[in-house]
Amino acid sequence: MPADRRVLPFRHTPAAPARPVAMVRALTLRRGGRALLDGLELTLFTGGITALLGPNGAGKSLLLRALAGLIPPDGGAIDLAPHTGAPALVFQKPVLLHRTVRANLAHALRLARVPRAARAGRLAELLVQARLSAQAQAQARALSGGEQQRLAIARALAARPRLLLLDEPTAHLDPASTAAVEALVRAAAHAGVKVLIVTHDRAQAARLADDVAFLAAGRITEHRPADDFFQRPESDEARAYLEGRLLL
Amino acid sequence: MQDFTAAFAHAVTLVASGDRELLQIVLLSLRVSLSAVALACLIGMPLGAALAVLRFPGRRALALVLNASMGLPPVVVGLLLYMAFSRAGPLSALGLLYTPTAMIVAQTVLVTPIVAALSRSAIAGLMDEFDETLRALRASRGQRIATLLWEARPALLTAALAGMGRAFAEVGAVMIVGGNIDHVTRVMTTAIALETSRGELALALALGLVLVCLSLALNAAALGLRPRAYGVAYAR
Ligand SMILES: Nc1ncnc2c1ncn2[C@@H]1O[C@H](COP(=O)(O)OP(=O)(O)O)[C@@H](O)[C@H]1O
Ligand SMILES: [Mg+2]
Repeated sequence: MPADRRVLPFRHTPAAPARPVAMVRALTLRRGGRALLDGLELTLFTGGITALLGPNGAGKSLLLRALAGLIPPDGGAIDLAPHTGAPALVFQKPVLLHRTVRANLAHALRLARVPRAARAGRLAELLVQARLSAQAQAQARALSGGEQQRLAIARALAARPRLLLLDEPTAHLDPASTAAVEALVRAAAHAGVKVLIVTHDRAQAARLADDVAFLAAGRITEHRPADDFFQRPESDEARAYLEGRLLL
Repeated sequence: MQDFTAAFAHAVTLVASGDRELLQIVLLSLRVSLSAVALACLIGMPLGAALAVLRFPGRRALALVLNASMGLPPVVVGLLLYMAFSRAGPLSALGLLYTPTAMIVAQTVLVTPIVAALSRSAIAGLMDEFDETLRALRASRGQRIATLLWEARPALLTAALAGMGRAFAEVGAVMIVGGNIDHVTRVMTTAIALETSRGELALALALGLVLVCLSLALNAAALGLRPRAYGVAYAR
């Protein structure tokens, strides 16, 4: 892809008719005596990147963990489409093994039950995708923050997920590292992976997302195409958030 | 003072010349303690991992017992095993009393809680760090335990070395169940105790020298074996 031409493959032009990937129905999650998510409804469709926005402490990370099956709902249900399979989740702070980059990916491929014969090829592919081929033999924990995040995403892609959940993947990164992570995320989406990305970076959401879901007060207050959302937020909470005056 | 200097010189000669009696005692010590530590690792590391990872009733109580057992007095362990192995004891049929096997059993009992308790606390810490990540990668319970064990390798090595230190230094248990029989169950610590009480300081000092070198070498090895990946541990 030429550097001067930004291609956003799915933007408003889905290649195939959108099918639901995941449906969250009346999801309730209680923590510390409070219902942090309270009857939350969200449907994700195939194709493209959805940004999940919302104030700190709104429960965005909880929602991702519930979608990934790491925490059980206290109420409601999460339905994954049969073709979706298990979602992959990348945490804000990647937890890498004390091994080389290569060994981290090999480990993920084993966990993903990729047949032994296919592993070497897949591993090389993932290294190229994450632009980490030169660092393959480096210790994962010695990589820069951006490289660690790319490795964490590549590791999540080892299982060829249909739904990729990213929790503030560029929260601590400089602009160049952010761009590299975004390129990897775009490439995954281009390859047909549905991406749900939590971000506080409004510009990033505008760059990446086809649609925006806004989470506040335990619910998705609106879920609309990104341009519409940023130009005319409908809910009071979203307006307040975008104007920098929504606090929980 | 003159006597001590002479004894020390003699001791060095014994070590340098590879004295046969000395060698025999050292080799038996190595055999007994290394076997005990190997067994303790085989039992203690999976046990520690299970206590860190699995949730089952009595888990906390078991962890408490293990921690408390790290300091079991060797003579008491020796005494209890003596009673079990002796003619009137429940395990007399095994015919283990005054054999190296009995000494291995005794030291395994002493070392296992150390290895298990240290492994448990190391793996419990890693569990907090890694569990969600591994579950998000769809690792089975067995795969999670295996991964944590591998990640914990520097701590497990330390646990094994702590156990080895205990095994090599211990006198009371091997003395009671082994009987300190010449050429059969005499190990470094029991020989030092006996030779010293008989005023034979040269052999005692020679064995002491070997014991100290062994302990220094073990701990130096622990540092040298520290995997490269941990040189940058948690650097972020
Ligand atoms: N296990 C827990 N016990 C109690 N409170 C929790 C727990 N997990 C999360 N919370 C609380 O839930 C709220 C939402 O957390 P989180 O999903 O991390 O928010 P966000 O990612 O939107 O910033 C926070 O106030 C947090 O303190
Ligand atoms: Mg969060």
